[in-house]
Amino acid sequence: MNLVQILRIAMRALARNKLRSALTMLGIIIGVAAVIAMVSVGQGAQQQAQDQIAAMGSNVLFVGSGAVSRGGMSMGWGATKSLVYDDMTAILHECPAIAAAAPGTTATAQVVYGNDNWNTRITGTEPQFFDIKVWNFQEGGPFLQADVESANNVAVIGETVRKNLFGATDPLGQTIRVNNLPFKVVGVLDLKGTSPMGDDQDDTIVLPVTTVQKKMNGQTWLRWIMVSAVSREASYAAQKQISAVLRDRHRIRAGQDDDFFVRNLADFAQLADEQSRLFTILLASIASISLVVGGIGIMNIMLVSVTERTREIGIRMAIGATEGDVQQQFLIEAIVLSLIGGAVGIALGLGASSTIANTLGWPVLVSSKAIVIAAVFSAAIGIFFGFYPARKAARLDPIDALRYE
Amino acid sequence: MATITQPGVDTGAGSRGAESIIRVTDVHKYYELGETRVHALRGVTVEVGRGDFVAIMGSSGSGKSTFMNILGCLDKPTTGQYYLEGIEVSSLDKKQLAAIRNRKIGFVFQGFNLLSRTTALENVELPTLYARVSREEGLQRSNEALDLVGLGDRKLHYPSQLSGGQQQRVAIARALVNRPAILLADEPTGNLDSRTSVEIVDVLQKLNDQGLTIVLVTHEPDIARFARRMIEFRDGKIRHDNPGTDRPVAAEILKNMPKVED
Ligand SMILES: Nc1ncnc2c1ncn2[C@@H]1O[C@H](COP(=O)(O)OP(=O)(O)OP(=O)(O)O)[C@@H](O)[C@H]1O
Ligand SMILES: [Mg+2]
Repeated sequence: MNLVQILRIAMRALARNKLRSALTMLGIIIGVAAVIAMVSVGQGAQQQAQDQIAAMGSNVLFVGSGAVSRGGMSMGWGATKSLVYDDMTAILHECPAIAAAAPGTTATAQVVYGNDNWNTRITGTEPQFFDIKVWNFQEGGPFLQADVESANNVAVIGETVRKNLFGATDPLGQTIRVNNLPFKVVGVLDLKGTSPMGDDQDDTIVLPVTTVQKKMNGQTWLRWIMVSAVSREASYAAQKQISAVLRDRHRIRAGQDDDFFVRNLADFAQLADEQSRLFTILLASIASISLVVGGIGIMNIMLVSVTERTREIGIRMAIGATEGDVQQQFLIEAIVLSLIGGAVGIALGLGASSTIANTLGWPVLVSSKAIVIAAVFSAAIGIFFGFYPARKAARLDPIDALRYE
Repeated sequence: MATITQPGVDTGAGSRGAESIIRVTDVHKYYELGETRVHALRGVTVEVGRGDFVAIMGSSGSGKSTFMNILGCLDKPTTGQYYLEGIEVSSLDKKQLAAIRNRKIGFVFQGFNLLSRTTALENVELPTLYARVSREEGLQRSNEALDLVGLGDRKLHYPSQLSGGQQQRVAIARALVNRPAILLADEPTGNLDSRTSVEIVDVLQKLNDQGLTIVLVTHEPDIARFARRMIEFRDGKIRHDNPGTDRPVAAEILKNMPKVED
């Protein structure tokens, strides 16, 4: 018997009980659709995390003021005033693993343009900040080091700020009022979207660090220093070097807690990536359970079918079917059931994925890998759960099977 | 093993009776039914020569079907030996037995045993599928077999659309399609009117003349006399074993019978 004939017999046996076959397939259909939809959602999240890593710059280190904990008590950042501009200069000079550094101070402010106003975060820094963070401009460019030296009133604005203040107007060269001081807009940042930690990276304006310190928050210390290592590999060495330099400068003795912290941003990104991967696995495993339940459904129906068709099996054996022939027939039936279910499930899963993407606005990534895995898995389910009923059919004694009523 | 699995009718009519194609020695068969034990065959010894045509008679429950199932390699004797073409059947494995049932022996069951949701042609084709002959050849043989039993015009009918006699003929065609050396027919004319019965016997006689070995079970002496030899079972034993006398030719008798539509 060749495959075409076997398939024809299987299709016919399944067509004989259309409703039953359809209900049996439903388990596999739902399982496969769920796996595809869930994996697509998970991979979408993963892709997003990876995009954010790329956007972040892979070798960026963040030096924050304040200890993560001191004497068991969390201080939060910015709780100390010990991080200063000279620390940055020292880091730049003394740490060979470091390529660039930018100081940072922050404030919040109301920004006004014409009749529109907007509350946003202010970052005070130096021009190399944009290079370190790989923040690009849709219009204009960064302010200059000269602007920092003279504490000029120039501003770079984020997309959210631009949208809320300017709408259709071209912001470049316009004057905005930040805490009632006039600032000239010199650049507009590219849209960056939400950070892995969930905040809107476009809701910001960036000013020269000196301007913010002198005219806005009055602080002489820094809130943070953004550092880039010479390479991705060097970022861990850079972390150690920075710690050593700062501990020395801040006169922290051995055994004492730091009054600063150094974070490798790549670690954050990796954490986000790791989390979304776990998320994918979790979703896929939950969905797989329904696939297994579908498989048990197939097994159940195949067992019923074998009992019902005992006489048919007896006749086939009496006229020369071997155990292998009978086993093959029932196994193929189970596989056909699960493969058709798998195919319908793939279609449904693709539909569900695009529905999720369209209605919930989640990032969804349908990978061919998920489809192949679902197809292989459903065939495997057919084989695994079809095997026992098929074996049972093949083991029947021809004469007993013929006598079966 | 080649002799066992080789299909095809041995047309050595000249050597009829010279060689035993079937040899059964002291076969017993018990059926265990809980506490009780049914002794269906109580020591059957018989030889059937190649090309013979044996009719087995006997009252209901005398063990005829039990014996036929053993001959057809569907069932095994509890004790005793069964040699098919000199090979002891109990020494064969399941796969070899399946091959024998498929190619060496054609079996016509007492209750037809057709697949109900399958057409006459497909029922007949079934053994060729398991014989792994090509589909073209399988179809050709199936058509020929159906023509032979006079069902050329009912090929695409389902068993439920056929009369009892027609179903029986489908069963015969199915038994013949792989050109077996032996045809075992358990009451192929049971429940049939006399003309239809003789028509079926006519087919069997013609096949036997071409060298097919036939063992036929019947409870009608009118049918049994068409055979070359008559064996009578009683209580699981052979009572009488006689060569047939005045063996009529079915084709001749048919000419003198009124024609009826079935
Ligand atoms: N599967 C079985 N289990 C138990 N007893 C059985 C079984 N098959 C047959 N028998 C018994 O064995 C005996 C012989 O049965 P068998 O079917 O061989 O008779 P038979 O000669 O074919 O009868 P009939 O002419 O009615 O077909 C009977 O007593 C029957 O009850
Ligand atoms: Mg019987």
